[in-house]
Amino acid sequence: MKTVTAVSDDIVQDLQGRFGDAIIAVQSTHDDIPTLWVAPKDARRIVQHLKESADRPFRMLYDLTAIDERTRLVRGDQPACDFTVVYHLLSFDRNADVRIKVPLVGEHPRLKSITDIWASANWYEREVWDMFGIAFEGHPCLRRILMPTTWKGHPLRKEHPARATDMEPFRLSDEKQDAEQDALTFRPEEWGLQSRSGDADFMFLNLGPQHPGNHGLLRLVLQLDGEEIVEVIPDIGYHHRGAEKMGERQSWHTFIPYTDRIDYLGGTMNELPYLMAVEKLAGIEIPDRAKVIRVMIAEFFRIASHLVWYGTFATDLGAMSPVFYTFNDRERIFDIIQAICGGRMHPAWFRIGGVAQDLPRGWDTLVRDFIAYFPGRLAEYDTVVMDNLILKKRAKGVGSYSLEEAIEWGVTGPGLRACGLEWDFRKRRPYGGYDQFEFDIPTAGHGDCYDRAVVRVEEMRQSLRIIEQCVDDMPAGAYKADHPLATPPLKERTMHDIETLIAHFLSVSWGPVIPAGEAFCGIEATKGNNGYYLISDGGTMPYRVRIRTPSFPHIQMIPLITRGLMIPDLITILGSIDYVLADVDR
Amino acid sequence: MNEILRPIVIMVVVLAYVLTVATALIWVERRLLALFQERLGPNRRGPFGLLQVVADMIKLFFKEDWIPPFADHPVFVIAPALIFITTLLSFSVIAFVPGFVVADLNIGLLFILAMSSIGVYSVVLAGWASNNKYSLLGGMRAAAQMLSYEVFMGLSLMGVVMIAGSFNLTAIVEAQRRVWFCIPQCAGFLIFLIAGFAEARRIPFDLPEAESELVAGYHTEYSGMKFAVFFFGEYIGLTLFSSLMVTLFFGGWLGPLLPGALWFVLKTFVLICFFILARGALPRPRYDQLMSLGWKLMLPLALLNLLITGAVLLAV
Repeated sequence: MKTVTAVSDDIVQDLQGRFGDAIIAVQSTHDDIPTLWVAPKDARRIVQHLKESADRPFRMLYDLTAIDERTRLVRGDQPACDFTVVYHLLSFDRNADVRIKVPLVGEHPRLKSITDIWASANWYEREVWDMFGIAFEGHPCLRRILMPTTWKGHPLRKEHPARATDMEPFRLSDEKQDAEQDALTFRPEEWGLQSRSGDADFMFLNLGPQHPGNHGLLRLVLQLDGEEIVEVIPDIGYHHRGAEKMGERQSWHTFIPYTDRIDYLGGTMNELPYLMAVEKLAGIEIPDRAKVIRVMIAEFFRIASHLVWYGTFATDLGAMSPVFYTFNDRERIFDIIQAICGGRMHPAWFRIGGVAQDLPRGWDTLVRDFIAYFPGRLAEYDTVVMDNLILKKRAKGVGSYSLEEAIEWGVTGPGLRACGLEWDFRKRRPYGGYDQFEFDIPTAGHGDCYDRAVVRVEEMRQSLRIIEQCVDDMPAGAYKADHPLATPPLKERTMHDIETLIAHFLSVSWGPVIPAGEAFCGIEATKGNNGYYLISDGGTMPYRVRIRTPSFPHIQMIPLITRGLMIPDLITILGSIDYVLADVDR
Repeated sequence: MNEILRPIVIMVVVLAYVLTVATALIWVERRLLALFQERLGPNRRGPFGLLQVVADMIKLFFKEDWIPPFADHPVFVIAPALIFITTLLSFSVIAFVPGFVVADLNIGLLFILAMSSIGVYSVVLAGWASNNKYSLLGGMRAAAQMLSYEVFMGLSLMGVVMIAGSFNLTAIVEAQRRVWFCIPQCAGFLIFLIAGFAEARRIPFDLPEAESELVAGYHTEYSGMKFAVFFFGEYIGLTLFSSLMVTLFFGGWLGPLLPGALWFVLKTFVLICFFILARGALPRPRYDQLMSLGWKLMLPLALLNLLITGAVLLAV
């Protein structure tokens, strides 16, 4: 089992030397990310230092979340507090992360906002307020973001019920319905928007929650001057299912299917960061065969997800046919997935310690057929979609952002690479065996809609290369780790004596007991960096599951790149971002 | 044939032909698009799914005829009727075979252009009367689109008129005995073709409807039979445009061996299939791009074509 080590990183020494007593403690975690506890009054200047004046600075606010510590049993070397706010920063220069934790005391604590340091902190702080009731002083617009404005309570607090059966029966009276609907009315003045300026009367248009160009339940309120967009207010939360809260009442094993549905086009790709974080906590080493199987299935899902994007992107621009071609190809991928996993979109097939089953007989023929078939189709799509003149006119130079803006706003994945930064977590921080594969990182230079498309199209070719290497060099051996915490426990171990039977029974019924601790794992998912930050209190269920999704910051950025453009451009931008609403709202 | 009976027979036959073709197009377009898009399309009702059209019609007939309470009632009702009336009226001057025409006007071409201009009001009024923001944007786009393409559409046809020396459609066809006008008037034909996409409001110029942007554009609030009239109007418009193109550029009923009427129908069908194929193949430009294409490229080209045609005619 892996030992928990206190990290002695130069950034820790730098901060300790510079801020002295403001650093309350250095916490040891299972993920090798330096974790420092800092005093609430100093938190702002410490993260500001890390962003602006530190050596090789941490320029991206990767995540900002909170933990309700009030019912936690195993705190170890951490300072006592009721709530913790966590800043997770990322440095591209160092290729390293740092985690800053701020202990807060009281039922409804307050903390200074960092929105003036990172504009992208805006939504994250709203989310923490919405979920935990922690107020941020100096925040420009501290409103609920995922829950309806009429919601009572803050769902991720431990006293908030997790099941409908713990609550009063739901009744919708006429008055309540009217009040709820009234709360959804958009009032420009609440957002500081003018209804007219000079000789122009603005029109406010609700684009969504139901709109064919939105790809899901997303509401964008547009302030329009003719068809020109003056301002966009994204309103999210219509797809909020409380995945993080569900994590707190599911066993470590039974939460796997929920992860499939976060980025619902990514399927098993979502299971990967969750399971790798669990495996870090449990100290499980994965056999090689399981690693390669996971990589192969995950890359199939990357192609499947990109195919959906490809078709719908073309549809957004008015081309009606490509979506049928790409969905047909996606069906072929699902046929393979189905042959191997049994399921199609959400097979829930990875397990703690490996995968559910060994590969079936004849799997390699299926995969090889697809490898032979797919490149020709991609070339065809280049002609139909990417080389089309009208499409180029629509997508080039539209919705562009610079690399600095991308980092400032927390953009990861193809959107980041389209700005020219060759940054792929599979290459930069090889996880799950990716260091064994040969593939290139496609990049582009302008960061506009067309470049984001170019990057994704090339990524499909690279994924195919990885899959080809998987078939050629599939290692022999076990498909699941020989470890007591791997799930489900191997059946061969039972039926020897009563002890093995009891162990098996407990592991299947309660699920494994994961040792107390904290671990984070982020991967290069289909849409950007998807990370799971797990806290175990030494129980059969996680104490806290934080899901950092790429689409959340990407959607937050829409107003920045849309102002001054027209409605068709907005649709192009939405298509080029490639988000999934469940990935935004969780 | 009896002097009174003959026009009535022609009228009934033309009307029946147009409505049958428009109805059949529902099926043709769906099956053809399906063919282009690696799927089957409607194939369950009747042979080759032909009765799907009947099923669609029954559904549309029996839907509640609902008018949104916030809409401008009279205009909301008149708008779809307008497009139906104008496209059908346009057919009255189309000559299918010599002598087989409802009204053999000597200004036939001008009449059609006038009707198509009125037809645009249908879309603009529908967008306005619906009192819906998406519809309004669709209506506005239709108006902007009309302004940019009507001008060069009319101009692109003047070359044909100059060569034929007449606005009468029968005369124009007769003038093509030696060579179809799509050869000498190649530029005019291409310009008119592009205008045709805009006139029929089909991809790539379906901006007033633009599903991915404006939900359904000008007819967002329409349902039941009123929607069906728009839907139908589009197919009649498509048929009209293809027929017009056949008349003006592909020698109408002229052709060897087969009877003239069959030639006319065949040519029309080929053009309709071309429109459908284009729908399956192309994305949609932004409407400011469409407008700058119209004003900055198409209009000068149409004028140039006119100039050259005039010069050549004078020289010969």
